[in-house]
Amino acid sequence: MAESHVAFDLQIPSDVEYIEGVVELARQRCRELKLSPTKCSLNVPVALTEALANAILRGNRATGGKQVRVRAIISDTDLVFEVVDEGPGFDLDGCTVDCTTEENLTREEGRGLFLMRKLMDRVESFRNKGNVVRLTLHRP
Amino acid sequence: MSFSIKKQGEVVVVDVEGQLIVGNRQELKQKVLDELEKGEKKFLIDFSQTGYIDSSGLGVLVSLSKKIREQGGELRLANLNDDLQTLFELTKLDTLFQISDTRERALESF
Repeated sequence: MAESHVAFDLQIPSDVEYIEGVVELARQRCRELKLSPTKCSLNVPVALTEALANAILRGNRATGGKQVRVRAIISDTDLVFEVVDEGPGFDLDGCTVDCTTEENLTREEGRGLFLMRKLMDRVESFRNKGNVVRLTLHRP
Repeated sequence: MSFSIKKQGEVVVVDVEGQLIVGNRQELKQKVLDELEKGEKKFLIDFSQTGYIDSSGLGVLVSLSKKIREQGGELRLANLNDDLQTLFELTKLDTLFQISDTRERALESF
């Protein structure tokens, strides 16, 4: 198994105002890893924003006092983000909607999980001391 | 991040500076709806100074487009960079909006 190290490990309150700061930190790590400009400015920022927003608004229901933990883990092969909330978890496949179909195209909501899965190489959801969403991007 | 609104001829032009995401989408929505309530019909959102847009931001654009159309108006978009163009193509929202390369072309298209 490839060696890995934790690039950052943060706890943030359940407030969407904290998302941008975390995403900026993630973008810095992407640039340091010399990921492509698109990965740094589109794939990671959008996918991580979606995961954090879901954790805050759906997992923790924006409840004061509840926290979201976000970790970035770097190995020789992958950049991984783990977002952990205090909610009951969800069925990733069951909740992912194809927002490109004719009936869904004009809906205001329902693009978050779809985008995460399009922009990351792997997205997983499981329980481990909370509800974890793990986003994996393979390094070049 | 901020939104600035100005009138160019008959068109209300909104510049999105920074990100359009879950934390600020309501501010954009309210600013545009305020103009719609005043009777404005033609809207252009210019993304030349925009970083990234998340699903909430895309959702607000869809919602505004519907509300403006319901009032007999039009919403058009301009200046998507390559990343934003990719985002619109992934979600097929490029088929829902009229998108111009430049602000000038967008203004001429109304």
